[in-house]
Amino acid sequence: MPELVATEQTILVVGGGISGMTAALEAAECGKQVILVESSATLGGRTALLYRYFPKLCHPTCGLEINLRRIKASRNIRVYTLAEVTRIDGRSGDYTVSLKLTPRYVNASCTACGDCAKAVAATIPNPWNYGLDRITAAYLPHAMAYPQRFVIDPSIIGTPEANKAKAACRYGAVDLEMKEETLTLKAAAVIWATGWKPYDAAKIQPYGYGRFKNVITSVEFERLADPHGPTGGRIVRPSDGKEAKDVAFIQCAGSRDENHLRHCSRICCMASLKQTRFMREAFGEAAQSTIYYIDIRAIDRFEDFYKQVQADPHVKFIKSKVARIEEDRASADPVLHGVDTEGYLRYANRHDLAVLAIGMEPSVRGSAIPATLGEDSSGFLVPALDGAAIFGAGCATNALDVNRAVQSSTAAALRAIQVVNRSARAET
Amino acid sequence: MADLKTAAYVCGGCGIAERLDTGQLALIAEREGKMNLVRRHPFLCSAEGVAQIQGDIDAEGVTHVAIAACSRRAKTEAFQFPAVAVSRANLREGVIWVRPANDEAREATQEMAGDYVRMACAELKNMKLPSGHAETGRNRRVLVVGGGVSGMTAALEAARAGYAALIVEKGAALGGWASKLHRRTPFREPFHDPVDTGVAGLIEAIEAEPRIKVHLNTTLTQTGGAPGRFSVRLTNASGVSWVEDAGAIVQATGFTPYDASRLTEFSYGSSPNIVDQAGLEELARAAGGRALRRPSDGGSVKKVVFVQCAGQRDDSGRHLPFCSGHCCGTSIKQAMYFKDADPAVNTVVIYTDLRTPGSGEDFYRSAQAKGVTFTKGTVTGVEANDRQCRVSFRDLILAEDAVIADADIVVLATGQVPNSGVDIEQPERQDANGVQPISILNLSYRQGKDLPQLRHGFSDSHFICFPYETRRTGIYTAGPVRRPMDIAQATEDATGAALKAIQAIENAQLGRAAHPRSGDLSYPIVRLEGCTQCKRCTVECPFGAIDEDERTYPVFNESRCRRCGTCMGACPVRVISFENYSVDTVGAQIKAVEIPDESEAKPRILVLACENDAYPALDMAAMQRRDYSAFVRVIPVRCLGSVNAIWVTDALNGGWDGIMLMGCKHGDDYQCHFVKGSELASVRMSKIDDTLKQLALESERVATYEVAITDLARVPQLIDDYIKVIERIGLSPMKGFA
Repeated sequence: MPELVATEQTILVVGGGISGMTAALEAAECGKQVILVESSATLGGRTALLYRYFPKLCHPTCGLEINLRRIKASRNIRVYTLAEVTRIDGRSGDYTVSLKLTPRYVNASCTACGDCAKAVAATIPNPWNYGLDRITAAYLPHAMAYPQRFVIDPSIIGTPEANKAKAACRYGAVDLEMKEETLTLKAAAVIWATGWKPYDAAKIQPYGYGRFKNVITSVEFERLADPHGPTGGRIVRPSDGKEAKDVAFIQCAGSRDENHLRHCSRICCMASLKQTRFMREAFGEAAQSTIYYIDIRAIDRFEDFYKQVQADPHVKFIKSKVARIEEDRASADPVLHGVDTEGYLRYANRHDLAVLAIGMEPSVRGSAIPATLGEDSSGFLVPALDGAAIFGAGCATNALDVNRAVQSSTAAALRAIQVVNRSARAET
Repeated sequence: MADLKTAAYVCGGCGIAERLDTGQLALIAEREGKMNLVRRHPFLCSAEGVAQIQGDIDAEGVTHVAIAACSRRAKTEAFQFPAVAVSRANLREGVIWVRPANDEAREATQEMAGDYVRMACAELKNMKLPSGHAETGRNRRVLVVGGGVSGMTAALEAARAGYAALIVEKGAALGGWASKLHRRTPFREPFHDPVDTGVAGLIEAIEAEPRIKVHLNTTLTQTGGAPGRFSVRLTNASGVSWVEDAGAIVQATGFTPYDASRLTEFSYGSSPNIVDQAGLEELARAAGGRALRRPSDGGSVKKVVFVQCAGQRDDSGRHLPFCSGHCCGTSIKQAMYFKDADPAVNTVVIYTDLRTPGSGEDFYRSAQAKGVTFTKGTVTGVEANDRQCRVSFRDLILAEDAVIADADIVVLATGQVPNSGVDIEQPERQDANGVQPISILNLSYRQGKDLPQLRHGFSDSHFICFPYETRRTGIYTAGPVRRPMDIAQATEDATGAALKAIQAIENAQLGRAAHPRSGDLSYPIVRLEGCTQCKRCTVECPFGAIDEDERTYPVFNESRCRRCGTCMGACPVRVISFENYSVDTVGAQIKAVEIPDESEAKPRILVLACENDAYPALDMAAMQRRDYSAFVRVIPVRCLGSVNAIWVTDALNGGWDGIMLMGCKHGDDYQCHFVKGSELASVRMSKIDDTLKQLALESERVATYEVAITDLARVPQLIDDYIKVIERIGLSPMKGFA
């Protein structure tokens, strides 16, 4: 990945998750120059935090490994992490982009040997495990992190802890004097692939997330099942660390709801169906999953997977929007209240753990987008009507699963290439 | 090879120098590895270390570089020397990070490191820098099969990027199914009402685009060649036949509606008042925005019932088992045709799960606001009399049987049957409509006329992260032939497929591999004079890249090849190789390892690990400092499919005590990105039993494993368990015979 000079032929991709990586790679492998910008310390995005994909139950890190290898091998991609786009000026074929680079306090000399982490005692909530555990304040984001380079958390800068990290590094890689920088680039087209964030579960007041320890979100459950996760792959209750063998999966937590997200987040039904399989793998015959749902949206080819899960006697389906969750004080068990609409039966069901199949909110929603990007009323990007060459890709444009997000990003790459080729033709 | 100049660099950083005797390692590289130049460096990936290597390349004419430092997956930016061949000895993740730092372990750990240095030197001397294939195809046109929305979109998007496109449509007009619709569901806000299909606009744009040529009433009667040089024979309805060249192909052949007359329980065909969704579109078009009339007698319509999942999501084995995805949205749209013209019409949608993902939820909400009734139930029967229809269903909310006796029109939401051509694995198989498919592409490929199919007859891709990872390089499917979908998704899909077609063209021109070994310039080189025409390579190539000539010799099509090496693994006479990956590059490593004699009681276990999953899993185990035995020597392979049996027999003959093959999961949900490499390897290894018997060796000496990239805890365990197995059966009796 050599140094590149950005030109009017360059494509800027914003967001280093699977959509952004895909858009960048597909364009680069067509011979285009690409700058890939990611706001966190590593590429990989949300898929790097998933244990397995539905419906194949294969591992997202497998695809990430391939994509990282492609990035490492490509001479056409330059990656900036801890970087944010603050401003875009200009027009299709001729943009000037301002990038804010946040200091990592570790330079390219880092070998990822881990000596700094051994020296530092201060810890921070682990953002890569949604804060379910803590990591030292000198850390490698995760095992697949790229660049494979440690980060000194800003919280210890100016403290003796930071100096310990610096002293421990034999390679002069810890640079506590790093300052925020601003970079200005030229680009012909921009692909905006900033993905999604889990809807804030605490806003769904009747479900008690944040008040009841044994109410967690589906993305957190994913971390529990993952051997790289905070429990090393053990599915346990946050309240007491006991195995969670009886789990309720609550669909449409925040989605399809005028008070929260109006749209259907598409992935949640399939994610919960998948997670019932994690339960069976962990606990075998002792596993019990209950899915509370409105409609099971196992769309198109996913129907096969739904049928497999339906055939599992250890998975129960209850058609009901759960009304509220209470906590049993003594056991910390969540107790779900609602009406089973198939037969109109009231229930008060006790489980070990309640998992909210949390909705997908576009990351751009509520944030200042530094350009004339169109947003619809749900916060998803819509194609610009003014001829701007700023294209949405992936979950920034719609609630999509990985497969569809990659399709969308591949399409976005072509739209950007069209702009580059048009301006190239105009010049010759 | 007079111009071969080798150099080895031993890094001492990250604790390597503290844990290992790097002086001894350098000596091994020099004396046993026979490296022309050997250097030690305390911090090789530093700017200064890298500059030293580059300086040797520039000043000393070094052509081959062995780097004994960290894993080949680490520090890739620093150790990038594109002008020379590079091998890596993994002393960090492969040795010191997986071994305890105590005196007791020191000797075995040092031996492990020494062997990895020997292996890197041995591999290096057998490597060549890939030069790229000279005979590249240079055709830059995209051929699009099918003139529906998907095909038109693919052609138009390719043209907008400056590429020529050729649409071949078997029908008499462009437009496909979408042209038969009255309206479509909306793509963007507001998601309130049905909107114009946009087909006329697409056709106009195609006609105005000078880069696009269209052949109507035309089919493909033969397709041969490879990316960059496809040669396609077209034949039109009058029987005239000619040849067109193309650089890549997009297959957008769409779907056929499931034949509603197969739904005898719904009495389709017994009354014109029972229609499928396509039939309703026809009525709506005929009505032209006015209220729809009852087909049987033109009477006014008071009640319409939509039967969702008609012949879909079926468990009986008689109909489609899958969901077609678009039909809920389509029925909502069609209910609006009635409601928008006359709000008094009663429209009832009977469904089990209403599936309107994303902002489709707003469209659903709009239908509710317009007064469309949604009833959760399963329809058990539809009967028609002269004017009206009687719909019997199980109401799933009230848990009772119910009847709507006075429906004027019943709409059956039937599914999409992909037009994917002949199933090459079962050429006689009929499609879900009971029709014997005819070939679409008529490929002259050794492995069959059409694209391989997935479950239910849809075409590739099988991969979640890589929806365009087709098994026939340079041919991409788009639209409902790939999975059931609506127009919005087909448009997006076709745009993506157009990009992949363009990419295939660009890659072919430069002799570069397509995904997943993107950019790889190596390609299979065959020494035909040694070939025995056994056809294993042509049969086993997962990508159908190898054809046969009249004498059944293999004909390699480099730009169809994905460089997995399955052909190399298959070849019994070992005449297939890559410049930088061959029977020799791995074989020499196996032979380079020092095998201790029996008295030392130190087994040697060869691990052949898939470079995409098992090898990273081992690396990540190392990052967590999980120990495993010092008796293993790991060699990453491109794919287990590339493992040639000779490596196994050579290792056994050479006194290795056991061999572990670690590949990806196989079976229906296979994870191997070279499709069946790991499966082939386990089949081949099951046959290795004969060899073992000949050598009077136990069957445990060769073991295959399915390893996932997340198995960082399991992989060290597998290794340690296997060591126990070897300890139980004892060391190989073959030691000392080599």
